[in-house]
Formats: sequence, structure tokens, C-alpha cells
Amino acid sequence: MATLLRADPTFYASPRLAMQAPPETVAYVIIVNPGKGPDGLAVVDANRDSKTYGTVVSSLATTHSGDELHHFGWNACSSSLCPYAAHPHVERRYLLAPGIRSSRIYVIDTKPDPRAPRIVKTIEPEEIANRAGYSRPHTSHCGPDGIYVSALGSPTGDGPGGIFIVDHDSFEVRGRWELDRGPQYLAYDFWWHLGYDTMITSEWGTPKMIEDGVNPDILLKGGYGHQLHIWDLPKRRHRQVIDLGAEQQMVLELRPAHDPSKAYGFVGVVTSLKDLSASVWAWHQDGNTWKARKVIEIPAEPADPEQLPPLLKGFKAVPPLVTDINLSLDDRFLYVSCWGTGEFLQYDVSDPFSPKKTGSVHLGGIVRRAAHPNSGSLNGGPQMVEVSRDGKRVYVSNGLYKAWDDQFYPDGLKGWVAKLDAGENGGFELDPKFFVQSDQRFHQVHLEGGDASSDSYCFA
Amino acid sequence: MTAWWPWDVLIILGAYHGLNPGMGWLFAVARGLQERRRSAVWQSFLPIAIGHEAAIAVVVILVAVAQFLVAPEALRITGAAVLFGFALYRLWRQRAHPRGFGMRIGARGLFGWSFLMSSAHGAGLMLVPILLKLAPTGGSQDLTLIAYTASFSPWQGLLAATLHTAALLAVMALVAVVVYERFGVGFLRRAWLNVDLLWTVTLLGAGLITLFS
Repeated sequence: MATLLRADPTFYASPRLAMQAPPETVAYVIIVNPGKGPDGLAVVDANRDSKTYGTVVSSLATTHSGDELHHFGWNACSSSLCPYAAHPHVERRYLLAPGIRSSRIYVIDTKPDPRAPRIVKTIEPEEIANRAGYSRPHTSHCGPDGIYVSALGSPTGDGPGGIFIVDHDSFEVRGRWELDRGPQYLAYDFWWHLGYDTMITSEWGTPKMIEDGVNPDILLKGGYGHQLHIWDLPKRRHRQVIDLGAEQQMVLELRPAHDPSKAYGFVGVVTSLKDLSASVWAWHQDGNTWKARKVIEIPAEPADPEQLPPLLKGFKAVPPLVTDINLSLDDRFLYVSCWGTGEFLQYDVSDPFSPKKTGSVHLGGIVRRAAHPNSGSLNGGPQMVEVSRDGKRVYVSNGLYKAWDDQFYPDGLKGWVAKLDAGENGGFELDPKFFVQSDQRFHQVHLEGGDASSDSYCFA
Repeated sequence: MTAWWPWDVLIILGAYHGLNPGMGWLFAVARGLQERRRSAVWQSFLPIAIGHEAAIAVVVILVAVAQFLVAPEALRITGAAVLFGFALYRLWRQRAHPRGFGMRIGARGLFGWSFLMSSAHGAGLMLVPILLKLAPTGGSQDLTLIAYTASFSPWQGLLAATLHTAALLAVMALVAVVVYERFGVGFLRRAWLNVDLLWTVTLLGAGLITLFS
């Protein structure tokens, strides 16, 4: 799995260089089966000149049912050019797709035909449990020295959750990443500032706290995650807790600046117990410590209880539920998904501490049910976001997590994937030609050759 | 063979090691870009070079000591076997690299990284045939301990390591400065040849030379 002579052409030293990458021709989208039966990976044609543009050209089914595929990631990416562990001649070729419920990880080969990927290896839950003591794998990032995967908890369904390492070559679980986890117990997402040898992790809940749906008792007590954790990346040690406050419930997707010389990033908070608003916070380094402050607040929208699912009737409002955010490679535009209100937002974050709203589109939503130019009314809302390397195309899908989908969209969430074209200086619009709909559900999207959440860089 | 050849090959190998992005110049450039100052590039050179020299010195000392203990014939064969074995190991484990390093290691970290990186890549081992060549040949054939002391002196060994490292330092500094000041790292996509393979071939070549010289 090594390129013979030159470095893998999809590896770029810096995010600035990666923005010059050619447009993707294929998008990979996780399929979640709402009933019994296997999940899978859909290959969507993203080549505008193709006759099958905007349609699923093939789909791969997994070998088991009930995995609940969720996020996924590449075996290798631009971090392979990092000078302290440079291995530029491995290939970006395999996708690791963890099942967040089964704890099984599928290794999917995208070669020789990127439109017909196939499963070449399965990492079984027992291997993760025995070697790392974890289960419910979530985020996967290709690091300079291995594949890092976060996990929500222990094999018994409690905490602590954390991170384990998978070997780049053999795809064997090497073990638990943390040498000293300090007070960290809850886990969810992670990413890093490679230029600052710093890892950041966020908090959702243990498997027992989330697998039967959002638990109102835990939520109202502020029991879901509300902290960020700062780690020394090479030393694998916990360094600092940043508490956003117990009312800030569920601190999810982490999007550090892509430029490794910048020490700031953004994280979305699903909901505030105070007023059901959602928020985005910016963390930053200040001397030897890290701090975070709220930079975007999105209020809940009043609603007729008749139109609300049982969970929300008492609140008479739709919470925005910011469940995913994504940052363009030039660190300029931040995309924010409001899965509850069905709004998709774009902010100019050139100044990370005073974002300016530059775009808004409605699709689905608990009450609004907004349609796409190419559809009838939709349910679900903008959720997983992916941004192309050049920043011109933005893909968004509507599935969150099966048990939670059913609470917020009890009429049965129907999957869709939409695409927006982003203007050079802000603003975006839906591409009427690109709209995938299905009785299956869709989760994370990754793009051929890399995208704004797949790669990290060591050169500014 | 003239008395020249081991020395110019030492220098050529130093230049070759200096060209390899994995041996240091790329790290120097990355530090400059990260800290947005030229001096961070320059300050990286010496710790990297000293780490490299230390890795070479370990091999020089090993060979020097071995000369007292092992017959020249056996030393050549052992040296060749180690080189072949190491080349095969590198083929098998191409992605092995030192752990626990990051972008923000200071001068001491750079030294340690360079030492481990050079050792792990067999930079010192590659010099074994040359070190053996430094030993005056055609001397005593006596199989007594004294006879083997007629080998290269510690000073010759130190000189060899330093000459090699000076060549590495010069080439590394030149490439790093030109890339940092002028080209940027974009060209890596086209110009970063798979040195790993070439490196393995060089190790095999060094093994052959050791065996048959």
C-alpha cells in the first residue's frame, strides 16, 4: 500500500495548498438502515458533468445488521507529510467506518474502483475491548503516527470513553491512547492542533446515557457533557478542563483552525438548559492555558405544542439543536447545522471571536418541514456537514442517531443529502440538481481525495 | 583504489542523507513556517546535525571496538549481515518511526529526534563499508589481539563522522533555506521521491560492498 515513487497526490503540505485540489467526483455517504438489515456506504456521483450527477451510483452493504454506522475516516491523509513522522508514500485508500452501536469497524477499500468500494477487513468489538478497554467507536482521524479513533465508553456501556489507536498498516488495534486521562470521563469528538502538539476532546455521554434516546432526567440535571479537555498530544496526557457551564448540554463537533500556526477552533453546543438555545464556542490559547467563549447563540423558536414531539411539548418551542459544524480550509467560513429548526447557517469567521452571518437556508425542521427545490416537504434537518477542499461545495445530510431521530422526528425520518454552492465571499444556495432522497437514513459525508474534516496539516 | 575513495564517499553519503526530507530539512522548514520566523529554520540545523553525528558515532564506536575483538574477515561478514538484515527490516516496516515527538520540540527534542531517526534509518550502518576501508589493509595477518589494533584510530573515526555530518549539514541547510525562502512546500507533491525504497537499496548496496571489498 505504498505509492512507488511520488507522494500520494491527495496529500497537501498546507491547507492553503489543499484548496487548489481538483473538485471531487465522488462523495461517500454513510447509510443507516432504519429497520433490521445491514447499514452501508453510498457512492454519490458528484461530477457535475456526469449524467448520473447527484444520484447514488452504487452502495455497499455491511456484513452484519444493527451496526449503526456513523462517522468514518481515511487510513492516511495530509498529516502523513508531517516532518516528525513523514510517510508520504502510503496511499489514501481505505475508509474506516465504525459502528457506533455494535463497536465493529469496517475497513473499506476504495481502490481499484472508487465507485465500487469493498470491505477488506473487519475489526471486531472484542479486539477493541481487549486491547483498549473501549467500545462504541465514533470519530476516526488519520494521525501522523497512526489512526486515532474516539470511543464513547467502556464495553459495559459506562465510562470512561476515550481514544484508541489503530495501526496504519495492519489495521490492528494498538491500544488505549491516554497515558494519563486526569478527570476526563465523558467522550465524543476529538481533533488536534498539530502545530501546538495539542489535542482537544469533547463530551456527549456514556453509551448507557444515550442508547435509549435522550434521557430528560439526565438532561434536566445537566448530566450530559459540558466540558472540553485539552491534552498534550505527543505525551498523551490530560492538561486542562474547560467547563462551558453545566447548562451547556452536549458539547459535540470540534473544528480547530486548519492552519497549524493558529491556536483556536470552534465547537458546537446542542442546547442550553436556560432557554433551549444552541451555541458555538471558540476556544483559543492564552499564554499557557486554553480558554473558550461563546461566539454564536441561536435562539429556540416558539411553536404550537400540537406540532411538537412528546419530548418537546412542554417547552412550547423548537430548539435549534446544533449537532454539527464545519470549517472551510481557509478558516474563513463556518457552517452550522440546526437539526431542530431545520436551518443551515454560514458565518464569516475571519475574526473567530465575532462571526458574521453570511447565509441561511431552510430544509426540513421539526415544525417547518421546509422543502428542497426538488422535493416535497422534508423531515429531519441539516445535520452532518462536509465542505469541499476548495470551499465551493457544501454537502449536508439529515440523520443524527437512530434512537434520537425517532424522538425528534417520530413520524419516521426519511434520509436526504443536499448540496449547496458557496460564493467566494460568502452566501450560498441549494443546487437544484443535487438531491438524494431515500427510505434509508444518511449520516456523515466524505469526499474523494479529502475534505474539510478529513485531513490535518503540519505546514502553515 | 586510492586513499581518497573512502573519504569522498563519506561526503557523498552525507549529502545524500542531507537531501532526504525525513532526515531533517523538512522539519526545519516546518518550524520556520509554524513560528513565522526565519531564525526558527536556522536554529534547527545544529541540533539535527549533532543528533545525526551522535547516531553515526555509535556505529563508529561499535565498529572500532569490534575490530579489537573480531577477525577482519568475520567483521566484514557480520557487518554485511547486519546491513542486509536492516534493509529487510526497513522493507517490512516502512512506516516505523520514533514515537512521542511533535512539532513543538525544542533543541534537545530535535537532537533526540534526529538521533533516533538517523539510527532507525540505518544512517550510521550505511557507513560500515567505508569505516572498514579506513582501516589500513594488508597489515599484519597475525591472529593476535595486537594485530587488530592496526585499524582506524578513534580520531580517524571521529573525523569520518564529522566530515559526513558536515556534508549533511551543508546540504540540509541549503535545501531548507531555498525551500523556505523561495519554493515553499508545494513542490513536495511532485518532488518527494520515495526515498524509503532508495534508502533500502543503498543499505543493500552497502552490504554488498562490505561483503566483497
